[in-house]
Amino acid sequence: MRSKTFTIVVHEFLSTVKRKSFLITTLSLPVIALLGMLIYEVVQDIQSEPEPPEQAKLGYVDATGLFGGYTEQPEALFILYGSEDTAKTDLLAEEIDEYFVIPQDYLSTGLVVRYTTERELEPPAKVWEEIRVFLLNNLLGGRLSPELIERAETPLLLTSLYLDEKGQVSEPPDEFLTIFVPYILGLIFILSIFFTSGYLLQSVSEEKENRIMEILLSSVSARELLLGKIVGLGAAGLVQIAVWFITIQVFSDVASVNISALEDLDIPLRVLLWGVIYFVLGYLLFATIYAGMGSLMPTARESQQWTGMFALPAVVPLMLMAVIAEHPSGALPGRSPSFHSPPLRRY
Amino acid sequence: MDAAAFAIVAVALLAVAFRAYRKRKSQRAHPNELPPDTPTIFPSQTMPDPSRTPPPAGGNTVEVSQVCKSFGKKTVVDHVSFEVKAGEIFGMVGPNGAGKTTTIRMLMDIIKPDSGGVRILGEPFTEATKNRIGYLPEERGLYRKITVCESLTYLAALKGLDSHTAKSRTEALLRQIGMFEHRDKKIEQLSRGMGQLIQFSTAIVHDPDLLILDEPFSGLDPVNKEAIKQFLRELRARGKSVILSAHQMNEVEELCDRILMIHKGQAVLYGNLHEIKNRFRNNSIYLEYEGLIEGLEGVTTVKNHGRYAELFLEGNAAPQNVLAQLVSRGVKVGRFEVSTPSLNDIFIQVAKGK
Repeated sequence: MRSKTFTIVVHEFLSTVKRKSFLITTLSLPVIALLGMLIYEVVQDIQSEPEPPEQAKLGYVDATGLFGGYTEQPEALFILYGSEDTAKTDLLAEEIDEYFVIPQDYLSTGLVVRYTTERELEPPAKVWEEIRVFLLNNLLGGRLSPELIERAETPLLLTSLYLDEKGQVSEPPDEFLTIFVPYILGLIFILSIFFTSGYLLQSVSEEKENRIMEILLSSVSARELLLGKIVGLGAAGLVQIAVWFITIQVFSDVASVNISALEDLDIPLRVLLWGVIYFVLGYLLFATIYAGMGSLMPTARESQQWTGMFALPAVVPLMLMAVIAEHPSGALPGRSPSFHSPPLRRY
Repeated sequence: MDAAAFAIVAVALLAVAFRAYRKRKSQRAHPNELPPDTPTIFPSQTMPDPSRTPPPAGGNTVEVSQVCKSFGKKTVVDHVSFEVKAGEIFGMVGPNGAGKTTTIRMLMDIIKPDSGGVRILGEPFTEATKNRIGYLPEERGLYRKITVCESLTYLAALKGLDSHTAKSRTEALLRQIGMFEHRDKKIEQLSRGMGQLIQFSTAIVHDPDLLILDEPFSGLDPVNKEAIKQFLRELRARGKSVILSAHQMNEVEELCDRILMIHKGQAVLYGNLHEIKNRFRNNSIYLEYEGLIEGLEGVTTVKNHGRYAELFLEGNAAPQNVLAQLVSRGVKVGRFEVSTPSLNDIFIQVAKGK
């Protein structure tokens, strides 16, 4: 004969995994991932269609007389105009894409005024770079060797090497994997902890509101009842996490064909184990708080209002994710116990 | 390989679904028919359960000794003592707020008494004791989102029954109360009357030795009320003990063998109902008549109300002598009833006397 606690565990587990809200929450990630992949594929297909390289036509008015050369660039053709009026006429007639004016005092101020008919938040980086290289070549051409000009154009190609504890050069950690993956893992665990604790709160509140609590307590002790609920709902939370992890693994495998950053995405087993431990401990903490709130407050709505203040500390590390991921051994994650959640740490 | 595995799983699932469908179809065809291997809820001859100590035959199922309970400065139960015997329906009566529910909650170990002792089924209350008690609290409800069968089976399993027994007891009970065809309905889909029957069933599904019902008839329609009274009489006939708490004293009067009357947390009357009523009898006769009734021997006062009268007798006068005098005088007697006070009248007398 199985124990009463086990009976409660099974009852709570089954009634939770059959809930519409649980099914929707659990299956939403696979559905979103599938949709994301489909959209990505469609966008990739559209982008991968061969397009003839387009050479932008950039008009310019030079009041200094210093910028007459280097007008033929691979992706831009610079057309000199004698006056702003002609450049403007050609721009409005769509003969050129845009034009810029180099004033007489350019050498002392560096100021260049650009005119365009396109609506844009800021000048496109490509145009900015084309004009910069055009100006640089004209300023230095003939005075310096081509190598020096090229270096002046691109003075820094920085490679960071990671030294391990023995001073050996190791593979530099992939930015995507060190920031994105811990972020996603942390998010999954926190979401699951709160979803599952929320179900517990709902369960306790419902039993109070439906007036079943006294009937249950005439059959089991309060300890058995609460333990059964916590374990049963925790198991449902683990199922949810398992579904999400399988989804991530399967879709990252499939998506890595097109997204090179995902090729090396292989979440180590120890990280998963730490994650499960983190989930269990976090869940036990919040489940106990939520169950207590559910027992004390007269209605589910009041309980939910009060639990909000307990949820905030758990979300703070996620809000500071960028800092923690950038400096995992720094003061913030290192000294505060609330930030010691393994999935949030660099692996 | 993957396609083959998928096909095997799909065929297996179809087979399971088809089997379940056939079983359900067969049960729907004969919803209230008891399969030959299904045990009845109240079997006439049950195998003894070795884990259960049988209730003491003729002895006390419940012994409450001088229990007290206060909430803050308010004393809710004040030195109350009583016993409940095996095979009796015991009534706990008193107005709302008298302390009945608090006393019952102390019996169920839901709240602890400040002082005094409680023994259930011959021993102090333990977790194992809960399995032998059926309890219907005053404030009661059910899981609204799960089916009748799941709900009852779950609550039966919480009373220590294994899952198979819990299921078979549930089905047998549902057949007995004519609710088997509704077993797969969610509780929220049931009518109020059906819900009340299911609620009562949760207290008896595990065949308890002691049944404690707190205001069981409140909100019940007359049909369900009568059905539950019949259940309680059956339980008494099988040697089970029932504690019935009610503020409507006519229900208690109809069913109970002995009573405890509580008023402001104190026991004001306790004992056999018949004896209590005799004790409070005012030795009067209700008479509907035609003729002359003055000057009857042994009658001290006549209150004449026209078509009926109240005759108050001398201390040792026998009612049958009065009847004999009426017959010999040729008075047409429509109704002759020796008046006994109702429990309600007794309570009013006692409460005034306090």
